[in-house]
Amino acid sequence: MHFDFSKNHFELFGLAPVFHIDMERLDQAYREIQTLVHPDKFAHQGDQEKRLSMQWATHANEAYQTLKKPLARARYLLHLHGVDTQEESNTAMPAEFLMAQMEWREAIMEAKEAQDVADMENLHNRLRAEMRGQHQELGRLLDEQADYQGASGLVRKLKFMEKLGEEIDAALELMEA
Amino acid sequence: MALLQIAEPGMSAAPHQHRLAVGIDLGTTNSLVATVRSSLAVVLNDENGRSLLPSVVRYRADGVDVGCHALQMQAMDPQNTIVSVKRFMGRGLSDIADAAHMPYRFVDEPGMVQISTVAGVKSPVEVSADILKVLRLRAEKSLGGELVGAVITVPAYFDDAQRQATKDAARLAGINVLRLLNEPTAAAVAYGLDNGSEGVYAVFDLGGGTFDISILKLSRGVFEVLATNGDSALGGDDFDHRIYCWILEKAGLSGLSHQDARLLQTHARAAKETLTEHEEATITAVLSTGEMVDLTLSTEVFANITQSLVSKTLAPTRKALRDAGLTVEDVKGVVMVGGSTRMPIIQRAVGTFFSQEPLNNLDPDKVVALGAAIQANVLAGNRSEDDWLLLDVIPLSLGLETMGGLVEKVVTRNSTIPVARAQEFTTYKDGQTAMSIHVVQGERELVSDCRSLAKFELRGIPPMVAGAARIRVTFQVDADGLLSVTAREQSTGVESSVTVKPSYGLSDEQITQMLQASHEHAKDDMLARALQEARVEGGRLIEAVEAALHEDGHLLKEGEGDRISAMVAQLRVAIAGEDHRLVTQAQEKLNHATESFAARRMDASVNKALTGHKLEELEN
Repeated sequence: MHFDFSKNHFELFGLAPVFHIDMERLDQAYREIQTLVHPDKFAHQGDQEKRLSMQWATHANEAYQTLKKPLARARYLLHLHGVDTQEESNTAMPAEFLMAQMEWREAIMEAKEAQDVADMENLHNRLRAEMRGQHQELGRLLDEQADYQGASGLVRKLKFMEKLGEEIDAALELMEA
Repeated sequence: MALLQIAEPGMSAAPHQHRLAVGIDLGTTNSLVATVRSSLAVVLNDENGRSLLPSVVRYRADGVDVGCHALQMQAMDPQNTIVSVKRFMGRGLSDIADAAHMPYRFVDEPGMVQISTVAGVKSPVEVSADILKVLRLRAEKSLGGELVGAVITVPAYFDDAQRQATKDAARLAGINVLRLLNEPTAAAVAYGLDNGSEGVYAVFDLGGGTFDISILKLSRGVFEVLATNGDSALGGDDFDHRIYCWILEKAGLSGLSHQDARLLQTHARAAKETLTEHEEATITAVLSTGEMVDLTLSTEVFANITQSLVSKTLAPTRKALRDAGLTVEDVKGVVMVGGSTRMPIIQRAVGTFFSQEPLNNLDPDKVVALGAAIQANVLAGNRSEDDWLLLDVIPLSLGLETMGGLVEKVVTRNSTIPVARAQEFTTYKDGQTAMSIHVVQGERELVSDCRSLAKFELRGIPPMVAGAARIRVTFQVDADGLLSVTAREQSTGVESSVTVKPSYGLSDEQITQMLQASHEHAKDDMLARALQEARVEGGRLIEAVEAALHEDGHLLKEGEGDRISAMVAQLRVAIAGEDHRLVTQAQEKLNHATESFAARRMDASVNKALTGHKLEELEN
């Protein structure tokens, strides 16, 4: 196997390596590449071509998903800058952030106990809105200030919030089941 | 076996023969086969002009009946007449909730349940293969030649076990599977191309035994599945069953014979169908005991007794929308698929949920087969003028068992396929040389609540202190949604890897044995067929290699072209001969000779696309 994985994900899609990317251009470039490499284009061909195509299409999907999701994109960008986000090892968080986390958790627990779908959906929307605001901040730190340590801290926070989101979604699913 | 065929948009490759390919909808209740003829998708009928083949197989001591004949004998011979076999695909006996109420003699086998019949023990894979064989023969007769391959549709919510079983059934029926395609996606293809639609669409697919909901984004020739959800054990059959239970209750019946039960089930289904057009349905039957059943089922009563089933379709619909990050307002249209969506109660519930009239312009029984045929035509390499791309997803998360019977998710549901993910694990004891790996599928946290797909051991880990070994487990899901798992210890550079195929799947040898055992394939036939197939394959390979050399000759390295040409010549000689093994060998050699050329072409084509981008950016 010798195909070229040396290109980073931004290069693969012909994008500048920044946080605020043109999503439409990303979508378009992704689709163009999939149109060339997707296994459906090689279904009538040999095992060798099928294998190559699956590897390429898998790679393109991976790269696309990484750039499409804000948190994954920020993490990847930091990785390109040689900054490890230390999401597993560094759990020191500002006290006010931890307080806010506790409040979120209490609110989720309450909605769970009350089996209140509307309340839970409300939490879901509020969390989403808050995360969108944080994504703007990430963009500022990464693209304008090149403050990679600051961005790294924010990635760790967002990871917590993402987990909250998963919890909310899981609770919603159980309520609707 | 052919080299990359990459043609510029608008430039067609060398003209070639139209390749015969079909789409097959292997349904719970009915199955269909369709093809593209003169650029029009059509369903192929049997000699009596019928398009739907009832998915019913009756085993006799001296043969097999499939379809209408089998269906007619259902009440007479319920033990040997298998209906709705799709519900048993990739399922164990404990998964089948109402097994006790079925007339079959089940055999509890690890992995997949089997059924004992007068013709021997049959697996659901074999029963499905018998249905597929009839459709293959119908297609070959109708199209006048051997099929290059088929697209077989599966419910989007089918897990790996059910998909693998379906693919095995097709292979057993002598069908080359071009792709397993999700039913809602197939329906969207049929609709999208007819209507030239853009935007977000929901496909609501309620069949005889399965329910799927898919949210798709259609834009400029790309069908992107954003999320899918469903219930692989919910369908029209359940509505029939509710009516059947209602009949038993109203008529005060119990302890029926299998024949009488079948009789009333048939009446229950007929009543359901009547209610699609009428306000009430009468049910009259005389049982073998002489008892009379004479009841009238009204629309209201029907709505009452099936209310919970209707709600069961809406919960997955909400989940799919949420996974797609969308709300009802974002959905531009709702496509109805599957015979069960004819029920007015379903039409109303869906209309209310999405606040719009659902789309019913294509026959809900045929739309999946038509979409599959359109896709089969493209996958077989018959070029179409407007090329499109399907980006589908995996319906259920895949994970590994970790300490304490918990699941660690490795690939999350609704990931676009093909997808690969790797996770690292370590040893927990000093000197540990083996690690057992348990692969599961599902959304729940506990292993016991998920479906077990495969268990295997990675052996030969060099002895080290606990926590020092690094075992990388890689999940690869291909474009059919099928999983393979490899595990590799990499801290010492000692590699040992295992590729597992989930345990319920049939091995290639088993399939070969089953094929040999079947009456249809006497030995001579098999050899003739093998030779014929090898010749076709070989010819296709030569055609593609020559096209590739013509298009991209400049990518050849010194001497490479001569080596390839020599192998092409050898393959031609083998094709002219009578031994299929020689043809296959020559193909392998040619493939080997073109291996790095093929990879270079793939890279070059991707790079070319990217270069195009950069120019565009400069101009802007």
